[in-house]
Amino acid sequence: MMAEYTPDYVGTVTKYVFVESPSMTPGELALRAYEASEGVLIKETCFGLQVTGEPESVDRLIEEIRAFDPTHIFIKDRGFPPGDPRRCRANLGGARPGYLGHEREFRILRYITHGLEELDRRGEEAEVPETAPVSEKKPVFDIKRLQEIIETEEP
Amino acid sequence: MAKVFIYPATSLILSDLVARFGHKPLGAALGIRERIQTAGVDSPPLQITPEEPKRGLKYAAVEVPSGVRGRMAIYGPLIEEAEAAVIVTDADLAFGCMGCARTDELILFSLRQKGMPILELKYPTTEEEGVQFVAAIKKFLAGLPNGGEA
Repeated sequence: MMAEYTPDYVGTVTKYVFVESPSMTPGELALRAYEASEGVLIKETCFGLQVTGEPESVDRLIEEIRAFDPTHIFIKDRGFPPGDPRRCRANLGGARPGYLGHEREFRILRYITHGLEELDRRGEEAEVPETAPVSEKKPVFDIKRLQEIIETEEP
Repeated sequence: MAKVFIYPATSLILSDLVARFGHKPLGAALGIRERIQTAGVDSPPLQITPEEPKRGLKYAAVEVPSGVRGRMAIYGPLIEEAEAAVIVTDADLAFGCMGCARTDELILFSLRQKGMPILELKYPTTEEEGVQFVAAIKKFLAGLPNGGEA
C-alpha cells in the first residue's frame, strides 16, 4: 500500500545563490540578503544561500542580491525546498546529491566572472567569435615542424 | 523572453547566464519542482511514480527501458516548451548510469530534431575562453526572436 504524499511549500520557488568572490563571503551575503528579504525564507550554506518564497518575491530579492556583486554571484533554480529530508545531507550523510556537479562547475566560475567583466569593459567592441569556442588539444610538437627540421638537417 | 533549454539540465553556469541575459532557462529543477509540489502517492526521493514511464511513451518507444521513459517524462515537456537550446558538449558532470546516459543521448537528439536555434560550445579552460564562452552565449541569446535585454 503506497502512502499518501502531501507536499510542503506548494506554489513557491527555491533558488540557489552561489557566491565566488574575493570580497564577499556567504555569511556577509546572507546578512545583506536578510535585510532585503521581506518575508522570503533564506538559508545560508557553505557556498552561498538558498532562497524560498513566492515567485515574485524571490525574483525581486534575486535582483537585489545580484546587484551586490554582479559578476561574482550566480543563481540557479532548485526543485526541492531547503532542508527537505529526501535531499538534506543532515539526514542522508555525505555530500548532498547534486553537490558534486556544483563543485565541478564552481571551478570554472572564475573564467565566467572574467568573461563577464571583460565584456562589460570592452562593451560593444567585444570580439564575438563566429563559431562557438572550442578548446582543441594541440600536439606537444607539430609533426610538420619535425619534418622541416629533418629535411633541413638542423643540428 | 524566450524559453531556453540548457544541457546539462542541472548546469549552474548555463542557468545563470540565460537568466542574466533576460531569458528563461529550462532545466531539470523545473520538472522536479513540479513533481515535488504535486500531491499524490509518496514516491521518494524524486516523486517519480509509475505514471511517469507511461507519460514517457510520448518520447520513447515502449521497448525503451522504463528508466529512460521515466526521465523523459521530466525532460520531454521541457523540450517541447523550449524555443532555443544551449548545449555544452564536453560536460563531464553530465554522466551517470545507463538510464541517464541514454536519456542524455535522447535529449540531445530531440533538441536537434526540433529544428530550433541551438548553440553548442565547450566549457572554458582559460580566461580568454571564458570571454569567448560568455560572448557567444550573449550573442546567441540576443539574436533569439524574443530577444532579451542583452
